[in-house]
Amino acid sequence: MRVLVCVKRVPMTGGKIVLTEDQQAIETKHLGFAISPHEECGVEEAVRLIEAHGGESVVLTLGPPEAEEQLREAMALGVDRAIHLVTDGEEWDAQATAAAIVDAIRADEAASGPFDLVFFGNESADAGGYQVGIRTAYSLGRPAATGLKGVAVGDGGVRCEQEVAGGRDVYELPLPAVLTVLEGLNLPRYPSVPAKLRAQRKPIDSSSPERAPSRLEKARLVVPEGQSKEAVILGEGPAAAPAVVDVLQQLGAA
Amino acid sequence: MVVVYVEEAGELTQQALAFARFLAEPLHGFAAGEALEVGGVETLHVAEGEAFASYAPAAIAAALAELAERLSPSAVIAAGTQRGNEVLAHLSARLDLPFAANCVAATPGDLFAVTRVRWGGSLLEDARLDGGLKLLTVQPHSVAPEEASATTAPVERFTPELDDADLLVRVVERVPAAAGGVSLAEAKVVVSAGRGVGSPEGFAIVEELAGLLGGAVGCSRAVTMAGWRPHTDQVGQTGTKIAPDVYIACGISGATQHMAGCKGAKTIIAVNTDPEAPILASADYAVIGDLHEVVPAISAELRKAKGA
Repeated sequence: MRVLVCVKRVPMTGGKIVLTEDQQAIETKHLGFAISPHEECGVEEAVRLIEAHGGESVVLTLGPPEAEEQLREAMALGVDRAIHLVTDGEEWDAQATAAAIVDAIRADEAASGPFDLVFFGNESADAGGYQVGIRTAYSLGRPAATGLKGVAVGDGGVRCEQEVAGGRDVYELPLPAVLTVLEGLNLPRYPSVPAKLRAQRKPIDSSSPERAPSRLEKARLVVPEGQSKEAVILGEGPAAAPAVVDVLQQLGAA
Repeated sequence: MVVVYVEEAGELTQQALAFARFLAEPLHGFAAGEALEVGGVETLHVAEGEAFASYAPAAIAAALAELAERLSPSAVIAAGTQRGNEVLAHLSARLDLPFAANCVAATPGDLFAVTRVRWGGSLLEDARLDGGLKLLTVQPHSVAPEEASATTAPVERFTPELDDADLLVRVVERVPAAAGGVSLAEAKVVVSAGRGVGSPEGFAIVEELAGLLGGAVGCSRAVTMAGWRPHTDQVGQTGTKIAPDVYIACGISGATQHMAGCKGAKTIIAVNTDPEAPILASADYAVIGDLHEVVPAISAELRKAKGA
């Protein structure tokens, strides 16, 4: 089978978000970057499916030249090759992103055959638009199931599980299909050093698509008014335990 | 006119109604399959048919699209839940319109000026939303709900035209959750720990304290990524969002990813060796010290208090 996983490069924000002066982006001078968490599980799932069923896994990202780092990370986890839709670093809205991804999928499928599954994260850690996977599915005319924490490929179809209050809802989709997944779907492996070295030699197909105009256009980012508190220090070390219990009793918790 | 997709009657729907009423009146409701008891709208339009016997997002979006074409509202709104966002994403794809998820505010106009959340609420974005029909969802608990109306709205049923493709994705089975201990999402007290615990076995002292308080155990993302605890224990943007009366965070630095999951806590008590840790800016109380010493001491003190 062939499996595609779409990932996004996002900063690891740490304890406090600081914005650039023009309020257009997060100041990332001192930050590392990673694959958005839900998508990391999509990568792991794609690799496991190919390990189990044979075939080819491909990772795709739309992002700046530096996003190659995340493509290499995915390939270090076991993905075979990568497609990089290179941007100038400006943010693309969900419609423009999905349109470019659809074009790239069509081009790759024309050359190498259809993808049985296309994975996305349920929502990106940063923009959180909840829609790129569904838009892509719609343009490709494929069914989409979202927010998944269980994926099992069987005879011609895929059984998907979604956590809901009180249990799990099950969907059964025919292939090919688009699935958006959540962290907790699996526990992504930790890449070995040889796997990282191998990833450096795996192929990346790069192109620079044209950006469609934004129809959900970011004006500026704002850090919400901090409910910054001055924590009452109850003490240091184990000697603070009686004070903690006093507080718990006042709060009715003990 | 604004159409509000009602997934289920309840507080989140009342919040969406309050948000919608600010944009334009009258409000019309839409529900799939079941005539829910909803007030505060002129009419509740209910899509009928076999397709709506269980949740089927593309079919629901098809019905909403048909209703929107008939009523010509200025906006379609839903609560920003997994399914509210999913249905509106389907609708936006179907109609080739932009869609703003998880808004906390919107000002009507040719372009809507919206404020929406990013990073699970750690950041806000001011944006302009285009489209003849505006599509947006409301970030849960960002606006006060309007009071439920004493009378339920009159129901108008319709049977939308559907394609086979709209019926491909639907819930075919509900597997009930195994009965377990205190659920993390609903616990009144949660005791969490981060990677500083040192090992999976290190959680014994955390479990002991949570047990004494009748609470649930939580953890940071680093802990679940290390495989020390199941993902269901993770508190955070990509884990469980909790709102306990008391949250005891041990050896947790307070990364935005984590705080996005626990900002609903009424009181936060932090145990941390670092008096400069970011979590102290969100905590009500703090103990400066090593969780390996402090947590067992709190448990011992609780036992003493209970024995007294």
